[in-house]
Amino acid sequence: MNAILEMRGITKTFPGVKALDDVNITVQAGEIHALVGENGAGKSTLMKVLSGVYPHGSYSGSIIYEGEERRFRGIADSEALGIIIIHQELALVPLLSIAENIFLGNEQAKYGVIDWSAAFARTKELLKVVGLNESPETLVTNLGVGKQQLVEIAKALSKKVKLLILDEPTASLNEKDSDALLNLLLQFKAQGISSILISHKLNEISKVADSITVLRDGGTVETLDCRAEPVGEDRIIRGMVGRTMEDRYPQRNPKIGETIFQVENWSAYHPIHAHVQVVKNVNLNIRRGEIVGIAGLMGAGRTEFAMSLFGRSYGQNISGRVLLHGREIDVSTVEKAVSNGIAYATEDRKTYGLVLAEDIRKNVTLANLDGVSKRLVIDDMRELSVANDYRAKMRIRSPSVFQETVNLSGGNQQKVVLSKWLFSDPEILILDEPTRGIDVGAKYEIYTIINRLADAGKGVLMISSEMPELLGMCDRIYVMNEGALIAELGVAEASQEKIMHAIVKSGRR
Amino acid sequence: MDTRTADELPLSQQKTSWMEFIKTHFRDYGMLLSLLAIMLFFQVVTNGTLLRPLNLTNLVLQNSYIVIMALGMLLVIVAGHIDLSVGSIVGFVGGLAAMMMVRWGFDPVTTTIACLIVGGLIGAAQGYWVAYFKVPSFIVTLAGMLVFKGLTLALLGGMSVGPFPVVFQRLSSGFIPDVFGGQGFNYTALFLGAASVAAIIYFSFRSRANQLKHAVETAPFGLFLFKNGLLAVLVIAFCYLMATYRGLPNVLVIMAVLIALYAFVTNRTTIGRRIYALGGNEKAAKLSGIKTERLTFLTFVNMGVLAGLAGLIFAARLNTATPKAGLGFELDVIAAVFIGGASATGGVGKVTGAVIGAFVMGVMNNGMSILGIGIDYQQVIKGIVLLAAVSLDVYNRKK
Repeated sequence: MNAILEMRGITKTFPGVKALDDVNITVQAGEIHALVGENGAGKSTLMKVLSGVYPHGSYSGSIIYEGEERRFRGIADSEALGIIIIHQELALVPLLSIAENIFLGNEQAKYGVIDWSAAFARTKELLKVVGLNESPETLVTNLGVGKQQLVEIAKALSKKVKLLILDEPTASLNEKDSDALLNLLLQFKAQGISSILISHKLNEISKVADSITVLRDGGTVETLDCRAEPVGEDRIIRGMVGRTMEDRYPQRNPKIGETIFQVENWSAYHPIHAHVQVVKNVNLNIRRGEIVGIAGLMGAGRTEFAMSLFGRSYGQNISGRVLLHGREIDVSTVEKAVSNGIAYATEDRKTYGLVLAEDIRKNVTLANLDGVSKRLVIDDMRELSVANDYRAKMRIRSPSVFQETVNLSGGNQQKVVLSKWLFSDPEILILDEPTRGIDVGAKYEIYTIINRLADAGKGVLMISSEMPELLGMCDRIYVMNEGALIAELGVAEASQEKIMHAIVKSGRR
Repeated sequence: MDTRTADELPLSQQKTSWMEFIKTHFRDYGMLLSLLAIMLFFQVVTNGTLLRPLNLTNLVLQNSYIVIMALGMLLVIVAGHIDLSVGSIVGFVGGLAAMMMVRWGFDPVTTTIACLIVGGLIGAAQGYWVAYFKVPSFIVTLAGMLVFKGLTLALLGGMSVGPFPVVFQRLSSGFIPDVFGGQGFNYTALFLGAASVAAIIYFSFRSRANQLKHAVETAPFGLFLFKNGLLAVLVIAFCYLMATYRGLPNVLVIMAVLIALYAFVTNRTTIGRRIYALGGNEKAAKLSGIKTERLTFLTFVNMGVLAGLAGLIFAARLNTATPKAGLGFELDVIAAVFIGGASATGGVGKVTGAVIGAFVMGVMNNGMSILGIGIDYQQVIKGIVLLAAVSLDVYNRKK
């Protein structure tokens, strides 16, 4: 077998930090090579070295690609040789069409004049390859995340890709789209295209990967070969965290009390298309000390439901009643919802959760500034001690609370968001995809925090697209599809199959 | 990144050496050092004219209205917006004041209050479209700029209107009288200077003691003393110079009080904190229970009031209202805020930075005028300085 890529002894230092320390990785031609590791292990940095984002000279070690040592000065150099990276945050221009996006910077043009018919024809071919049934003229903004991901891949194909690098490609995809994407990778493999797959979803990795390189704290831990014998998830986790993880979900003895929170006949309509009902007559309840899950596919209306509930942050023509301890409460603005004891930690930390340019301290107190101030004047020292308190309690890893949140890893950012909402002292905490894009170790910590909340007598409503997570954490699971709750399962009777079954059945109706 | 948690990090490590501290906080002091360097430069090339008491007084008077508007503009820019109409508001409110006092016979006090209210209403009218209708502030205030420039012309009938009652003129040309009755030397000025130095030192010692008590990283004590000492010397020296002339201008006192007030509001109050959060991430701020629309609206109202005040001060200084008053002020004000380190995308910026930025522009205007550089090349140089200052800031931030 011959290697398409060999990275030898890669070391990359940032001021004060060694991000990569003597990392070695070998990717064989025509294989799917998974790269795993906790957040901050150095996966993205390694890929940036490979793609030339960090040019030759800014790191030490050597990159041997197709048998020759390469010195990339920028992305253009690596792309010219067929190394294409697709980032976690998609790099598409929303208001341009699929065709325009695919050929952006690589236009089908002669003397600067674009040949649109050639571009469209070529786009059609590429879309067919990736299995996307859309017109090349469709604007990217009108596509869902899953389809956008496919456009990215089509774009990579248009550049004659030989080594495709995917950074968390399925992080925001539902299971169906994820499967489609993984199958596509297998197809590419059959055509001889190699790929490097970075993912936290270990089940996917054990499904498609031929070999797995594990990074930890900036160093290579091991490379596992999956061809000889399948490598289980537990085996991978052991490499990532350096210990066996007995149980991925912390133990908890639920102490469930009376019903404290009820939502009755909750409906909401699309903010622009007023006739589209996005949330349909939702009725649910949460008891004291209970963790309740909402399962469903991407686009089932779970986030829309939660946000419409939380101060009408989504949609229009919202109707329904919300009761806390049997009394109807006003949740018509975020401020009122918060002061009435509701908190909502968003699925999109960076866009909706954090003020990234500000430090941990200021983010933690943002939703409850009154809690650290007297007559509109902030008590600096009280604020500081609150922030320090949460930093220690939540084990937020940072030099101090003065660290800007933009520099934190995903897990630590999520802990800051949770701290913010805990400090607002809610009765009901709605957590939307609380562990998205977070590594295994940090997930466990987040789960522990959630359990602690429930044990303290709060009600937790947890939205997640990862069914094992819901099954592992919740006491009761509602299933949502197309804006309506279609099933309610106690954790004892719930299983992935049952949930999927409910969804499929309701879809057929 | 440091991955240790709070309890693991030894306190001793949080003590920093001088050099390290200066390095990490260079951005905070960089602008101030540049201002001092620019002042020194002009002091030398103008053979000492720059810091003569008379010129120093002029410097304050010439820049007061820019500084005052920069305070409001800072909030607008931090909130993620821009206000292009302030120059026109200055002209309009100045014109209104002139018509009220000279033509319609109102007394200065009523006029002043009415004009500030009108300024606030103009800000509200513009803020309404920006905050609740989500029309980009650039467009709304560009419209406002044209509207109020036109209204100023209409109001004044294209003529200059003046002069004003003496009481009103004092707003700009008056000085704090010497209660100690000094001859040729204004003891009150020195006294006020000393009092503010005492206040500054008291507060910084108190806050330092508080920080130490809570084990926060603080400047090394030597540097702390040096900083406060330098500040004290500068303030006292400034007041001494002013005292040898006519004392402290009324405008200076208004300006100083406003600077202190806005510094406090931005640093220590919930409303200030919320404006920064709004500019840093509007969606996150909104989902944290902050009334983002109302806050945006209020920053524009505030800007309007300050622009109104600036309009009064400027009219009082010229002792006449002209249709051309305030022309192009918005550019100086916006430049001051950006030179002072504010970010064009919002969420970042400091009151002290904006004030320093305003004085950088002011000292350059003044110094170049003394040198006899024509208005043509003055603009060229100012433009280049703006670009250089902001580029340097962007570069520093990237590092």
